[in-house]
Amino acid sequence: MNPTGSIRRRMTISLALVAALLSLLSWSMVASFARQAAERTQDNILAASATIIAEAIRSEGGEVRLELPYAAFAMLGAVSEDRVFYQIETAGEILTGYEDLTTGSIAPAAGEVRFETTEYLDVPLRMVRMTRTVLAGEEAVPVTVSLAQTRNGIGTIAGDLSETAAALSVAFFVLAVALTGFVAQLSLRPLNELAQAVARRGPTDLRPVRRQAPSELTPLIGSLNRFMERLAGSLRRSEEFIAEAAHRVRTPLATVRAQAEVALHGAQSHDDKQRLRQMIRAIDESSRSAGQLLDHATVAYRIEDLSRDTINLAELAASVAAALEPTAGLKDIEIRLETSDVATLGDKVLLESALRNVLDNAIKYSPDETQISLTVDQQGDMACLRICDQGPGLAGQSTTDLTKRFARGATVTDVVGSGLGLTIASEVLQAHGGGIELADNPKGQGACAILTLPKA
Amino acid sequence: MRYSDIAKGLILAVWASALPALEVEDRKSYPGEGGAMISVLSTADLDVFEPFIRQFQQDQPAIGVDYTVASSTEIYAAITEGMKFDIVLSSAMDLQFQLANDGYAQAYGSDATARLPDWAQWRDLVFAFTSEPAVAVISRERFSGIDLPATRQELISILRDYPERFDQSVGTYDVRTSGLGYLFATQEARNSDVFWRLSEVIGRLQPRLYCCSAQMIDDVISGELAIAYNVLGSYAERRRTQEGGDRMEILQLEDFGNNMLRTALIPRTAENVTGAGAFLDALILAGLAEEQTWAFPPLQPHARQGTPEFGPIRLGPALMVHLDPLTRRAFLSSWEDAMEQE
Ligand SMILES: Nc1ncnc2c1ncn2[C@@H]1O[C@H](COP(=O)(O)OP(=O)(O)OP(=O)(O)O)[C@@H](O)[C@H]1O
Ligand SMILES: [Mg+2]
Repeated sequence: MNPTGSIRRRMTISLALVAALLSLLSWSMVASFARQAAERTQDNILAASATIIAEAIRSEGGEVRLELPYAAFAMLGAVSEDRVFYQIETAGEILTGYEDLTTGSIAPAAGEVRFETTEYLDVPLRMVRMTRTVLAGEEAVPVTVSLAQTRNGIGTIAGDLSETAAALSVAFFVLAVALTGFVAQLSLRPLNELAQAVARRGPTDLRPVRRQAPSELTPLIGSLNRFMERLAGSLRRSEEFIAEAAHRVRTPLATVRAQAEVALHGAQSHDDKQRLRQMIRAIDESSRSAGQLLDHATVAYRIEDLSRDTINLAELAASVAAALEPTAGLKDIEIRLETSDVATLGDKVLLESALRNVLDNAIKYSPDETQISLTVDQQGDMACLRICDQGPGLAGQSTTDLTKRFARGATVTDVVGSGLGLTIASEVLQAHGGGIELADNPKGQGACAILTLPKA
Repeated sequence: MRYSDIAKGLILAVWASALPALEVEDRKSYPGEGGAMISVLSTADLDVFEPFIRQFQQDQPAIGVDYTVASSTEIYAAITEGMKFDIVLSSAMDLQFQLANDGYAQAYGSDATARLPDWAQWRDLVFAFTSEPAVAVISRERFSGIDLPATRQELISILRDYPERFDQSVGTYDVRTSGLGYLFATQEARNSDVFWRLSEVIGRLQPRLYCCSAQMIDDVISGELAIAYNVLGSYAERRRTQEGGDRMEILQLEDFGNNMLRTALIPRTAENVTGAGAFLDALILAGLAEEQTWAFPPLQPHARQGTPEFGPIRLGPALMVHLDPLTRRAFLSSWEDAMEQE
């Protein structure tokens, strides 16, 4: 499955984007505040200086006099290295200073303090203008002080503060991204926990998930539970279908065989009898094939969803042997059980079917009045079932050959079979983490089948 | 290229007629090996400055130097009237500042300017390359038998106590004509009210007023003056090592000292900015040199050892205050009142 990106990454990235946006916003706000503060500071200093100058204006003998206060200008110089321009004007006449500094600007009324952003000698200026009324002789004369400064200083201050703010914003952003990663991890934890819980479940565990989970996961859990319910339903239907199919094939075959037997009894001629026997044998083959095919299908199906019950292999061997006892009895074959208590985890039905197929082979391919030994013991951490007979042996055929589907030995053409028995046994044992090994009996005549399974 | 004397004279004549505004005190051309020439306008006397120019040309043989000496006010007027010079050196830092403030200077930056302390430059427009104290110079002979004053207060008492001995024998700048004298006077007046009391006392002695430090010092050495008040320390120090120098003494007034910065700026109209920059760098490096390599005292924040720490006169808009015509008029009238009493 190819994942289409990661929620955690997506979360981290979008949160980081938000953090970046906020950082940028806070930086620009701080920078603009810094600029405003710097501008206000300059305004205040300009106003203070202009006030000092205005206060120094006096009249002497009916004439307006002024000695520029050193402090007023020193103050301007102390704060920044900005160029300073000034003008003192009384009733339209320039008393001193830069003559064209205030061209195009009307003098403020007495008592008013006015700030202007202008340009002079091609440089932008911040200018304060204030008017003070001085009594010159009998006459009240308005005197306007205009004091202007370039804005490099505030640019520098604002720039410095903006740089600091930028550094802080970057730090804030880095912190936010780190926290974002952490938050993403925290938010996704319930999802990971749910995934682990589902993964830990046994293959047949289709019970609905019942966990405490955040409300956002409720729809997912609901869908999962509904899906598992549907899956369980469809499994049940398949099982039913297989059982049904087996039944439907076998039943008519049984009827046909019964009729063929009856016909055989009534047959007079040798040829008829011969034909009918062949027919019965073919029916037997078909029936056996149908049974084994359906068995194989069942096995394949159950293997997909293997249950893990504790199974006592001694008990299992005994019950399978008991079930085949009548078949063996027909050939006067004795099955000798030699078992110790060993347990394995697995599907009882499957393991029974595997052992039955192997034991069935031993009986089927052994001559009458022989013995079959069935031992159950353990070797290391593996359980071991050994079935040895006194039959013809394997005639040099390997386990791999014989466990292939529909593979039958060349020596056994007169025995009815489908070639699926060992396939079933092998698949069952492999599914349980074990295996099957066929070999000629080292201690004499016959073949030995060794089934190994992990111990419980 | 070498200027023939005739050509030099011709140029001088043409130049003088075209720009009648500038009253040139002295002028000399130092041609370089290349065609490049920088025109320097300066208040410093030629003989004081020549060694530096020679040194500069040794390091930069390609650059010729055309050195013009004028008074600080002439220099200020010349630049504001648009005369073209590549670099302007002046002892009147207030006028230099005014030029920079009013946009007549262009910004310059280099490794050398970066080494200048903050107080020695303003906005990359004005650069200090020496700091020179204002001192008083006395004639040993005329002061014989009198304890040398250590403060201005003591100087006032001495002048008061021996009116006949100091009559017509006190020299100081005519602040009406000398930019540097005006700067020293205004700064001193700003620092202490002793200035006005001293001026009153000097005024009663029928003082002699000068345009320049050099003449004042010469008159002290000749014995014509008993004391020259507020002369340039660098000139006094230099003169002391020359002929007759033993007849004068530099007075260490301990109450406070004015420390003037000699400054350079590159006018906006400069034509050879690169050359001017090289010249300025050389000036700054000479000023910052640990060992004194030229006639000027090194750039340092304090006037003299032992005086209270009055830093150098600050390069800043406050320098414009006393250049304001109204303020100047008021100051001059007070000064005249003090100086010219019958
Ligand atoms: N115990 C045995 N002795 C000799 N040959 C055996 C023995 N067991 C298996 N074989 C050989 O292996 C072949 C495959 O066995 P397998 O059980 O898969 O098929 P089958 O017995 O022929 O058919 P069925 O599906 O009916 O069991 C047999 O045909 C036989 O030749
Ligand atoms: Mg078989």
